[in-house]
Amino acid sequence: MDILVCVKRVPDTAENEIGIKADGTDIERGDLVYSVNEWDNYAVEEAIQIRDKVGGSVTVITVGDEESEEILRREMAMGADNGILLSDEAFEGTDGKGIASILKAAVEKGNYDLILTGAQADDGAGQVGGMLAAMLDRPYASLVNYIELVDDKKIKIGREIEGGNQEMNEIDLPCVLSIQTGINEPRYVGIRGIRKVASLEIPTYASSDLGIATNTVGAGSAKVKRIDYFVPELGEGAEMLEGTLDEKINRLIEMLKAKGGLK
Amino acid sequence: MAQVFAYIEHKDGVLSDTAAELFTAAQKIDAAASVTAILMGTGDAMNNVCAEAAKIFPRVWKFDHSSLAYPNAEVVRQILVKSLPSHAIFLLPHDPFSMDLAPGLSIKLDAAYMADAVAIDGLDGTILRLVRQEYSGMAHTHIQCDVSGGLVLTLRPGVFQPEQEPSASGQVEDKSGEVDDVSVKRRFLEVVAAEAGDVDITKADILVSVGRGIEDQENIDLARELANAMGAVVSCSRPIVDAKWLEKARQVGTSGKTVSPNVYMALGISGSFQHLGGLKGSPFIVAVNKNPKAPIFQVADVGIMEDILEFIPALTEKVKG
Repeated sequence: MDILVCVKRVPDTAENEIGIKADGTDIERGDLVYSVNEWDNYAVEEAIQIRDKVGGSVTVITVGDEESEEILRREMAMGADNGILLSDEAFEGTDGKGIASILKAAVEKGNYDLILTGAQADDGAGQVGGMLAAMLDRPYASLVNYIELVDDKKIKIGREIEGGNQEMNEIDLPCVLSIQTGINEPRYVGIRGIRKVASLEIPTYASSDLGIATNTVGAGSAKVKRIDYFVPELGEGAEMLEGTLDEKINRLIEMLKAKGGLK
Repeated sequence: MAQVFAYIEHKDGVLSDTAAELFTAAQKIDAAASVTAILMGTGDAMNNVCAEAAKIFPRVWKFDHSSLAYPNAEVVRQILVKSLPSHAIFLLPHDPFSMDLAPGLSIKLDAAYMADAVAIDGLDGTILRLVRQEYSGMAHTHIQCDVSGGLVLTLRPGVFQPEQEPSASGQVEDKSGEVDDVSVKRRFLEVVAAEAGDVDITKADILVSVGRGIEDQENIDLARELANAMGAVVSCSRPIVDAKWLEKARQVGTSGKTVSPNVYMALGISGSFQHLGGLKGSPFIVAVNKNPKAPIFQVADVGIMEDILEFIPALTEKVKG
């Protein structure tokens, strides 16, 4: 089975406090640690496990600048066979639909039975997989947390729905799935693994290679635009306890006793 | 005047709470909008849920067809593409079903798409301004959507609470005739219920709940010791279950359990809306987190900025006396 996994380089929210620039145009990017979008790691791991079971190939693809190459290489160190970077100045400011259309052009240059994305990324919209599937007229399922190969025409999938329940479906190949965290345990990639793939060729395609008219992508064509980042006026929020660790704990214990949290 | 449509979810003959929320959101977009509820399903229960929806919405479209016995986004999309007028504004709750339906629907309608709005500033001509969050709730953004070609918009559940009791006496229009037998490439099989597990966190008075800040599987013991000392039960947020450090039955959140303890100790939990969606009632929430920007501090009663790996053992010792 030939599998394409769409990945994205994002600020790692587990490692960073996200601050907003004073003029609201962007988040503070000075000291940000970037990594592969967490959901995408699960998607790549799942693709590798499927390939190892039935043969075929795993290709990782991203739309981004040259710094995105490092995340492709990281996923190749996990075990993906190929990486493809889609990069063009004209892609800057592209909205979700534009990203899906860029990916569609790249998909049509290959021959993939299965396309995986992470269920969502840093903007939390969870949109690109479903849009890509609709553009390709392929069936789609989101929040997939289980995949079972049935035959070469169809697979059985589980989706995570409310309350921890799982919705089982049968879906025809070729299809597009968005992968939820927890579907597997993504393997660890060490520095040695990344060194091994350091010299592998990663082709870069620009809009002209993909046959994309530059006026259909980028900020100019986006129907949806981010105006600014801002800090909302929040309610009072929590009563923050101050002082030494000891003082905070003593105060907390008093409060817990008053609330019945301690006997 | 905007033409707004709302996809109404229902289960076992009962309307989802999001029905009234979508109507509230539609009025925030355009108070003069014509708003139509769309209900899909099959069987006797349809009459009931459509009548309930007509108490909220001035107009209700009923689609009753055997292919809609369980909502399949592929089937629903085909019906909507055929039935919706062009340039409509189409609203759904942001949930697992809309994640299947909404992005692809926006492509087929050639409409703009925006997910998970948390506030609506209003419509100005063909520009709709709204608010959403990025980076796990750590940054807010103003968004503008060009809705001249229509819009598919999902709304965060629980945010758009109705300000008054519904008072519509809407008309139900039966549109079932517009449903063709469609062939689908994805077929629903069954729903597998979540495993019960050996502990029921929904019954606990006090929950000691741990998140990503616990950092390592071995540190889960710190939470167990604190829970023992407090007479509490250990629960957790999603990353802990993904890492298989605790079982799914202990997960609090929309994709886990809904709990209503008296005291909720959120330790190293940032407080995503999916996690907070699993907290009901009015628990006394204690948040301990080393990140001062963690959204949990906005909803907690008491906040402590500390590394939980130092805080938990120190608290356990004091509680034990």
